[in-house]
Amino acid sequence: MSANTWTIASARDALRKGEVTAVDLTMACLTAMDAGDGLNAFVHKTPELALDQARAADARLAAGAAPAMCGIPVGVKDLFAVKGVPTQAGSNILRGFKPEYESTVTAKLWGAGAVCLGKLNMDEFAMGSSNESSCYGPAVNPWKVDERKLTPGGSSGGSAAAVAADLCLAATGTDTGGSIRQPAAFCGITGIKPTYGRVSRWGVVAYASSLDQAGPMTKSVRDAAIMLGAIAGHDPKDSTSADLAVPDFEAALTGDIRGKWIGIPREYRLDGMPAEIAALWDRGMDMLRDAGAQIVDISLPHTKFALPTYYVIAPAEASSNLARYDGVRYGHRAKLAQGDGITEMYEKTRAEGFGPEVQRRIMAGTYVLSAGFYDAYYNRARKVRALIKRDFEQAFAAGIDAILAPTTPSSAFGLGEQGGADPVEMYLNDVFTVTLNLAGLPGVAVPVGLDSKGLPLGLQMIGRPWEEADLLNHAYVLERAAGFVAKPAKWW
Amino acid sequence: MSIDIDTARKVAKLSRIRVEEGDLLALADKLSSILGFMEQLKEVDVTGVEPMTSVTPMRLKRRVDVVTDGDQQAAVLKNAPDAREGFFAVPKVVE
Repeated sequence: MSANTWTIASARDALRKGEVTAVDLTMACLTAMDAGDGLNAFVHKTPELALDQARAADARLAAGAAPAMCGIPVGVKDLFAVKGVPTQAGSNILRGFKPEYESTVTAKLWGAGAVCLGKLNMDEFAMGSSNESSCYGPAVNPWKVDERKLTPGGSSGGSAAAVAADLCLAATGTDTGGSIRQPAAFCGITGIKPTYGRVSRWGVVAYASSLDQAGPMTKSVRDAAIMLGAIAGHDPKDSTSADLAVPDFEAALTGDIRGKWIGIPREYRLDGMPAEIAALWDRGMDMLRDAGAQIVDISLPHTKFALPTYYVIAPAEASSNLARYDGVRYGHRAKLAQGDGITEMYEKTRAEGFGPEVQRRIMAGTYVLSAGFYDAYYNRARKVRALIKRDFEQAFAAGIDAILAPTTPSSAFGLGEQGGADPVEMYLNDVFTVTLNLAGLPGVAVPVGLDSKGLPLGLQMIGRPWEEADLLNHAYVLERAAGFVAKPAKWW
Repeated sequence: MSIDIDTARKVAKLSRIRVEEGDLLALADKLSSILGFMEQLKEVDVTGVEPMTSVTPMRLKRRVDVVTDGDQQAAVLKNAPDAREGFFAVPKVVE
């Protein structure tokens, strides 16, 4: 098997034994990356940086005691600032922007010896569930069952597609309403959104600051544990990052969940839920029950209000965060006509630079924050958010260790099939994922099976705050029981 | 509640995004759809509930009031669309 298909764990072991060099591993990924252009996953490639880092990793490995990520080639979502490398957040308004600084997450990865292959496609400013709002055009799902091209999901669609197609060993993603977990499910890979505050947001282009959280997208639960350990931790540059010790997530993967209580939220059993999703969920319960866990029916009564709450709070925060794109300090500035003043510069720059979905969310956010509507929409949403969080707190207080739910309401859909007429149709993709972001909880998506069309379906496990280690152990049990090994047939 | 053309024009102005007159109706339609979705929140009884301000109850850390960074004028200006003589340049704002 070509080395680009390996997991982080197997590559780490082979690198340490000297069975492969980081340069060879990197070359295998660069070759796969170049052959993968049909997926439109990598949008800025950094082969020279990758080989420099790989050579340094080999030297470090030869010296011994290298960290787990040393020599591991990864892709980086276009949302993370990488010094000197284009960082556009999938937007034309940041065309040409090359940050003079490094995000904390990528600094930690490079510090641990990881290798940067390039930047990955995404929905513009992480606003989307299909990758179609990207200024680069959509990334394409490597899974294909007919003549249609399928979405890899979003917003971290390029990350999911690249990992699923073995263009890299792992990738960074970010998750504001499901943007790690939904694409992971659509592409048949693993993705974890950590507890809010576990991973620094510094140097990650902001969408909705009270919801955004970065995390790994990988080929296995073990890989997610390894990579999360490398990127997590307190950062003085992010005042919301938690000053808590980072546990050894990999060591927590014992496979023993005997006696644990798994909550099954009844409100997640939606009217009209496809039979295949319901059946998959039931199978997941059986797997955890067989492993000695107890399945418990729970209620999260405010679940149905999570999506509307999200679509008030996220656009409100976005309208404020994205005010910085004004054509003054970085990125695009519109060509001005004779007599245009600074207001025209702002208005033309933002009209040209932002795509339609981003414009809509900025305007929706501006509306809910404007005089006369602030209490009716924004403040009300913040109150409902408190109730959504309380639902989870009550479940955990009653002894629930983790919650099992579907990740998405369907398998991957065709590019161009959703949200054309009504943006709300696309929003419904986040129905199972968005609750966690509002409550700040960790959640992991694990591929569990294929649907009747032959496309991957995932289940999601939700954990207690700061207990990613225990959560990943639950996911590990699910992964082993499901035995999902299917790979997309190469067509690209 | 639906958004009319005048409201759409006002919101676009507040957002500093230029929207052509001919596109306002379509924009108003899409914003109305999003707003209609938000209306569901009116069903929730929020009496006595404090609005959530922080995901994790935490007191923001304070740092020592010293200079930790700075003197990076060239780096700060490097990505500016128009920088002159060490400043960001913009169209005239005062007569």
